[in-house]
Amino acid sequence: MRSGRRRLNLAWLATIPFFAYTFLFLFLPAGSVLLGAFKGVHGGYTLGNVRVLFHHPYIDAYKTSIEVSLVTALLGGIIGLATAYAALREGTPKWVRSIITTFSGVAANFGGIPLAFAFIATLGTIGVMTQFLKDQLHIDLYAHGFTLFGKTGVEIVYLYFQLPLMILVIAPAIDGLRREWREAASNLGASSWQFWRYVGLPVLMPSILGSIILLFGNAFAAYATAYSLTSGTVSLVPILIGAYYTGNVLDNPHLAQALAFGMFVVLAAMMVAYIPLQRRAARWAK
Amino acid sequence: MAYLELQNLHREFAGGVKALDGIEVQLGQGEFLSLLGPSGCGKTTALRLVAGFDRPDEGRIVIDGKDITNVAPSKRDMGMVFQAYSLFPNMSAAQNVEFGLKIRGKHKGERASRVGELLELVGLGHAGDRYPHQLSGGMQQRVALARALAIEPRVLLLDEPLSALDAKVRVQLREEIRRIQLELGITTLYVTHDQEEALAVSDQVAVMNRGRIEQIGPPAEMYSRPATPFVAEFIGTMNRLEATIADPDSGTVEHGGVSLTVDAARGRRRGERVLVLIRPETVELTPADGSGGENTLSGEVIAQTFLGPVTRLKVVGPAADLIADVSTAKAATLPIGMKVTAALPATDARVLELSDPVAERAPELDPVGQ
Amino acid sequence: MKARRGTAPTSYFWLLITGAYFFVPLLATFLFSLKSNQTGKCCTAASYTWVLHQGDFWHTLKISLLLALETIVISLLIFVPTIYWVHLKVPRLRPVVAFLALIPFVVPPIVMVVGLLDVYRGTPSWFYAQPWGFLAAAYVILAFPYMFFSLDAGFRSIDVHTLTEASQSLGASWPTTLVKVILPNIRSAALAASFLTLAIVMGEFTIANLSAFSTFPRFIQAVNEAQAYPAAALTLMSFALTWGAMLSLLLVGRKRGTRAAVLTGAR
Repeated sequence: MRSGRRRLNLAWLATIPFFAYTFLFLFLPAGSVLLGAFKGVHGGYTLGNVRVLFHHPYIDAYKTSIEVSLVTALLGGIIGLATAYAALREGTPKWVRSIITTFSGVAANFGGIPLAFAFIATLGTIGVMTQFLKDQLHIDLYAHGFTLFGKTGVEIVYLYFQLPLMILVIAPAIDGLRREWREAASNLGASSWQFWRYVGLPVLMPSILGSIILLFGNAFAAYATAYSLTSGTVSLVPILIGAYYTGNVLDNPHLAQALAFGMFVVLAAMMVAYIPLQRRAARWAK
Repeated sequence: MAYLELQNLHREFAGGVKALDGIEVQLGQGEFLSLLGPSGCGKTTALRLVAGFDRPDEGRIVIDGKDITNVAPSKRDMGMVFQAYSLFPNMSAAQNVEFGLKIRGKHKGERASRVGELLELVGLGHAGDRYPHQLSGGMQQRVALARALAIEPRVLLLDEPLSALDAKVRVQLREEIRRIQLELGITTLYVTHDQEEALAVSDQVAVMNRGRIEQIGPPAEMYSRPATPFVAEFIGTMNRLEATIADPDSGTVEHGGVSLTVDAARGRRRGERVLVLIRPETVELTPADGSGGENTLSGEVIAQTFLGPVTRLKVVGPAADLIADVSTAKAATLPIGMKVTAALPATDARVLELSDPVAERAPELDPVGQ
Repeated sequence: MKARRGTAPTSYFWLLITGAYFFVPLLATFLFSLKSNQTGKCCTAASYTWVLHQGDFWHTLKISLLLALETIVISLLIFVPTIYWVHLKVPRLRPVVAFLALIPFVVPPIVMVVGLLDVYRGTPSWFYAQPWGFLAAAYVILAFPYMFFSLDAGFRSIDVHTLTEASQSLGASWPTTLVKVILPNIRSAALAASFLTLAIVMGEFTIANLSAFSTFPRFIQAVNEAQAYPAAALTLMSFALTWGAMLSLLLVGRKRGTRAAVLTGAR
């Protein structure tokens, strides 16, 4: 027995790799970003890098990034919620439900380079959909000012992974909506709209808020899709950071770190805004 | 004058399951009717048709002379209490009760006083601010009742409202539901699978089986004069003896080689196959003394179930197996293994035509009752 | 308004909109991939043969698959003993490990790569200049949340204490216990984590691009920029890879009811 105990006490050695790895490849790089953001080109510490972020073009990149993330999080959130509810509610055949959830499980993981190209093949200048609209319906998208390779295009493509992600994360909450609540509401004279206004949405609200935050972060961090789609012409923060490393367009290496630090700050600010909202929405829950 | 009428309701679900196969109910204003039956008999389907959550394939639902078959649930003015978990979780007890009034655009002051009254009525005047998850199951059902009553519904619908509760709370709450129902004089439709519950609270009981109503009537009548073997077995416990009419004039029937006299058998056709139903509390047991008396069967006590004031004995004999309820004091003198003589009453037994004995058999019931 | 039966009209509306949105780009990509490179007309499989004849296709595919394998092996070596130990001896530490393992889920990969490049710029070239070094190290971090959640759920579903005690009472040492008793019991959890990691590595572009290693996603991007029709064929192949990994995951997870997981490495 004694020897057995002793062997187990040595077992904690097995966890050293985990903590060491976390330190080397997570904390060290994170620390270098945080510190580097405040380092001057010629040594010493400065607020200069961070101050620059508030000027053109960096502040615009943050605005664009936040806008794209907000728009796709809200649109993806609303459409995803409606679709998830349509698929899960009673009356909808079971096979629709399993197709939608399985496909969402996979599509939420589509992303990056292939996704961007799938949309180029669809809505690009010679895309299948673009040509179809032009030849068959005489609607020339690009003559009407549409382009897939700008901000709107990025938003359309992002929705392709935002929507299924919303369906995946909101589905358990929708399954938690009891049929009795709907029936009780209609029994008490409420219209379908009144049910959603007073019961359905308030009950789902904590989950909706959490999901929207997740979607925001998801879009905010995305790099590959926008890079591949626009070749870097739409300046999102990750694209600017990437440009430094792939093309050396910035002369100050600490500026990239400051930009990365700024992303931290935005995400943190979202969390700070989210927590009281969440608390308010969930005050009735356990 | 009937206030609520269900006329010839039919409802068939996908896969050809006939949930309702021609339901007829007439209910006077202020009456309390229970739909009683085993699960799958169609009682809940009937209630959901009345509430408007589902539509019949055929037939009409009429309230106060108006056909409401195709009226939306939200326009029917029905108050419904569900099995469980129907309270809106994001609203306090008071807000739940207030919901229907708010939808109806009542003024704030009026709403507040009405909510207060109703919470008092169900004994929860102190718990208005609590959220559903802070209430016990019984309290939740009280709030649900108050919420349904708040809109002053034309009919109160209760869908097994007590089935998720503890036995003790169940009895207490059913009495309270009946008290409130009588106090408000509200027409009530109550769905349950528990015959004791149905008999205890109702003006009328309708026993349902396979989408049909087998019998409808006041509780006492259902108990003492079941119209079909199914009703007989479902309401209370019955001894069932298959017999042949031997002499219609004297009321003699023959069962397993034993002749029995049953008043209700008089005037039937000689040689007809019948079912003789005997309530266990009417069977009299005495220790066997060798002399087979008039109207008796012999057997041996093989089981005793203590039910409180009475004890249920199972007797197995050559001609028939019987159950008999005897006073607990007397049961002590009839231990397991004792040979006994069972005297059957000539007057209390019921005789029914024996149709299809297998199909008519009620689902397995707990012999002790619920 | 009548009482409703069957599918509601609004449900049809949303399901059709979303269904079309999901399906049309896949169909369009497929049609696009069948067009001829010379004429732009349908239908030829030339784009697929072109892709299969590219040396870089096989080369980068091999690099990415080996990278995935390396990442899986390292991650399992790190996580299996750690989670086993945490479950067996110090459950109090579980939230700490969970928190650390979750951080990579919150930190954008672009931020992570900026830090990693800065810290490891001066390291020996066998690490910094090799995908097997720098890139694999970064991918293990990306795999952290998925490894943790799968394995933690796996360990929770078995009774670690009883299994360990039973094994030791029969005289097994703890490494023997881990390998012979615990591992077979968490095999499906480990498989699920491995499929997720495979899918991440096969799609990851951000870190590979900023550190300039030739991986499969970077090959796809290179083709995207140069060859439109083959790019469509390649896109579909890449989707098929994701489908394959995710469906294997679903099949593995079906037994234990694992919920579908979501990767964010590819964005």
